[in-house]
Formats: sequence, structure tokens, C-alpha cells
Amino acid sequence: MSQGSPLLDLEITSDIREVERVIRLASDLCETLGFPDTVCRLNVPVALSEAVSNAIIKGNREKPDKTVTIKAVFNTRHLIFDVGDEGDGFDLRESVTDPTLEDNLLLEGGRGLFLMTRFMDRIEQLTIDRRNVVRLILNRTGSTM
Amino acid sequence: MTFSIKKQDDIVLIDVEGQLIVGNRQELKQKVLDEIEAGARKFLINFSQTGYIDSSGLGVLVSLSKKIREHGGELRLSDLNDDLKTLFELTKLDTLFMISESREKALESF
Repeated sequence: MSQGSPLLDLEITSDIREVERVIRLASDLCETLGFPDTVCRLNVPVALSEAVSNAIIKGNREKPDKTVTIKAVFNTRHLIFDVGDEGDGFDLRESVTDPTLEDNLLLEGGRGLFLMTRFMDRIEQLTIDRRNVVRLILNRTGSTM
Repeated sequence: MTFSIKKQDDIVLIDVEGQLIVGNRQELKQKVLDEIEAGARKFLINFSQTGYIDSSGLGVLVSLSKKIREHGGELRLSDLNDDLKTLFELTKLDTLFMISESREKALESF
């Protein structure tokens, strides 16, 4: 997948209070790039919030000496967000359940990956520069809704 | 402060001032648990100032809903924007919560 220069290139501490600032910047970028309002106000904030929260909590285990990187690239076909952490790696697909099943509706957790996959066109996990990266891919042509 | 709490008769009104996300969901949870401990049983959470809720925010609402029901109480939600309605429909949480168009309608329904 060809990549241009990052339009967003952030490195934050492993502090969940940082998540909202990142989302604001990503949402603004989404609007600047002309994506539909719902994509910028709902899809990107919810999906990216999950990825960054996972990186801080599950990846870096909120250790203050570890950082999370967030890069956004816009190319001819996609808007891509790469969220990287310094942890030992975790499988995004572990414990995947369908949170909409009646038996799961009352569970407190289990909606994160579900929302990421619903709100993005594709999710990938890879290793870049020894960081565990979750890649969120949104097609340029429009909404995933 | 990302939440404001008022009381109207025996109903606890909570306004979420901004997003309900991983960074503040514990604050909401603790505020509601404190009110339950103090004897409150009817809760209305208003989202008129909220743009989005992440999965941990949704999880806290589910958890509070269970806790309030265990104490014989009721939790209602109001003023969800179209994006939030989409989120609740997608996760089928619209079937779990009593959701009203406005605070006034929610208050009437208790």
C-alpha cells in the first residue's frame, strides 16, 4: 500500500487523558480532507479512540516511560491511521464476541473491535520499527456507513 | 469537570459535558455509584453536549444500568444526536436503554 507524507505525526505518553486531544486533531483532519460529517464526527473518533486506548492500556500497560505514536496518511485511495505502541503485542481478535447478541448485550466490554471494524473499511495489525501497529483504513471514496 | 449533577424531586439529572470516553468514564461511574449509595434510584443522563461515546463509555452505561436495576432503580438517557443514535442502534443498546428525545420527555416518563 503506497503511502504519502504523514498529515498527522504524533507521539503521546501512555496517559488515557491524551486520547481526546488526538481524536480532535484526527477529526479536524478528516473534515479538512472532505470526508462526510458522520465519518469525521463518529467513525473516525470512535475507531481511533479504540485503537489509541488499546495501545495505551493493553499495549503499553499505561507505563509512563512508553509512548504511543499516531500517524495519518492520505493517498490516492485511502485515509490511513497507524497507531503504534511499545508493548509485547496483543491479538486484536482475541476474545472476539458479537456484542449485539442477546447474551452479550449486558457485558461491559467487548465492543471495541466490533466498533473499529464497523466504522473503518479495514483493520490490520503489523510491526513497524519494532512497534506494534494497528492500521485503520478508510476508503477515500466515502463513508462506511 | 465533565459532568454536572442536579436533582429534580427524586430524579438525579446528569449532564455529560463533552464526550464519554475512556478518560472520564470512571468519573461518571463513581458519581452514579455515590448517588446510589446515598439512596437515589432514578437517573437521567443527558447527552445534548456529547458528540461521541467510545466502547468504554458504552460499557460504563451498561454497567450502571445493571447496578441501578439491582437496586430497584431506573436509568434513562436523553438528547442523543443522530450519530449517537446510530451508535446505539449499531450496538443494539437502543434495545437495552429507555431513550428519550429530550430531557423533558424523559422526566415525564419516570
